Amino acid sequence: MTMHDTSYAAVMARKNAIMKQSLGIDYDDYIQSPIAFDYERMMAETSYTMDDIRRIQRETKVGDTPLFELRNLTAAVRRISEPGKGATILLKDEAANASGSFKARRAAISAYQALIKGYRGMIAATSGNYGAAVASQAAQRGLKSIIVQEVFDSRGVGQPEIVEKGRKCEAYGAEVIKLSVGPELFYMLLRTLEETGFFNASLYTPFGIRGVESLGYEIAEQVRARYGKDPDAVVITHAGGGNLTGTARGLLQAGCTESRIVACSVDLSGLHMASDRDFNRKAFTTGHTGFGVPFATWPDRVDVPRNAARSLRYMDEYQLVSQGEVFYITELLTKIEGIERGPAGNTSLTAAVTLARQMDEDQIVVVQETEYTGAGKHHNSQLAFARANGIEVRRGNPVDNVPGKAIVIPEHLAQVQGRVQDLDKLRRSYLKNAAERLPIAEWTDSDFEFLAADIKKDGEWVRNQGVA
Amino acid sequence: MTKISTGAWVEIEQIVLKPEERAPSLPPETKAVPYVMRVSGFLAESAELGQEVTIHTLIGRELRGTLRVANPSYNHSFGETVPELLTIGTEAENF
Repeated sequence: MTMHDTSYAAVMARKNAIMKQSLGIDYDDYIQSPIAFDYERMMAETSYTMDDIRRIQRETKVGDTPLFELRNLTAAVRRISEPGKGATILLKDEAANASGSFKARRAAISAYQALIKGYRGMIAATSGNYGAAVASQAAQRGLKSIIVQEVFDSRGVGQPEIVEKGRKCEAYGAEVIKLSVGPELFYMLLRTLEETGFFNASLYTPFGIRGVESLGYEIAEQVRARYGKDPDAVVITHAGGGNLTGTARGLLQAGCTESRIVACSVDLSGLHMASDRDFNRKAFTTGHTGFGVPFATWPDRVDVPRNAARSLRYMDEYQLVSQGEVFYITELLTKIEGIERGPAGNTSLTAAVTLARQMDEDQIVVVQETEYTGAGKHHNSQLAFARANGIEVRRGNPVDNVPGKAIVIPEHLAQVQGRVQDLDKLRRSYLKNAAERLPIAEWTDSDFEFLAADIKKDGEWVRNQGVA
Repeated sequence: MTKISTGAWVEIEQIVLKPEERAPSLPPETKAVPYVMRVSGFLAESAELGQEVTIHTLIGRELRGTLRVANPSYNHSFGETVPELLTIGTEAENF
């Protein structure tokens, strides 16, 4: 083994070379400027068709998950809605994938790619569900896996949800590198990729995102087969952006051009994501604004040179929900629909309740994921942990919920209202971030064109923002 | 102190970065503490807790660190019952 300088600065400086070797993608081939790159060509050159993706996923117990109509929840929403309102709520049960979440779709294509390219193993840096998916897919393809995971604070304590996700990775035979709080997770990923020569199963490669496309495609097929129409809205829990990007692309490939793409995150405003103190005060380990907002407003802040997950490119609306609202809905799902699912996966279900109330009775809103549940990964575990860590937990009006201080669980379904995030504000914030990479005076027509497509607006809108 | 036998399932700890070696622009409470790694594996040679040891991880990789725990286990649970959840969706609450 060659000995390298493993200091933080030295490893980060070798980033591009490590990426090229661990992914087999030459991003320079797609990059057009500090801002623009040929996104569609990069996605197309993964050279997998939708049929390939579905065949590969079927080989390793991924996809073809059930789509359930939540009859009791829909009826409950109609009882609190204006006459004629209350869309039918459908739930895509992604917990049925190997490893228990939609993340298996991403990992399946990465594992296949690693295998055919001759890598002996794969590595992913993740908060958990994706790690379990990578470990499970690697096991089925005869590959080794290493999961690099942020697990504990400086006291050695981790939220039950994150501890459980680490356990699951290890259960599938992965080596789990458990780390304390900090953005140096990426540094550790690079070091481990360099040491092992394994495939970089990043969440943000074209392979991963293309793997999620089958989810959107299946939703289109299932809704059409049963209801004879397209879904009116699809609600997608949003963190790093891959879930939304892949699902939306799959819907578009199936011809669902009119379905509203609604992002949803748990509102964790006020908590710092790199804080050793705030780490265990979040009560959610993913699907929250701590990932959702920064990744929407600058997708390329990731472990690959250009991110294939570009949420603003597809997003029509962004709903925020409070911690207490998600826990309420998780319990309600259990009690009235007779299925227990993990709380983080129910983020989009919570937003769907709000949306369904505003939509007409003959419309359809699809919640596109669930995740597995169990010890640790359960709303009671997370709430008991919050309470033990001095966070107030009570019933009341969820508008009083304060992340890190008070989790307020609604007293009634009608209090589940969420709130809308200003999408144009996020778009402007994205443009400001772009201007930091390249001054506006130097933007070419192709940069404007790229930026407009990347935030689902036209070139004129971008030109009229006057950011910077 | 009792020796932990060769081949036992253990957890090691390693300081990856000292506070002064950490990434720039961290919040002060994060910057003040080292960046720490813990990994489980099979102990290469019998040793006592606190000693520098080598382990072989589940995928057979060799790693070094301070021996921290013998037979590391997962003790996470469903947590103490949170009574506020129990009545949600029941007849007691007209949701």
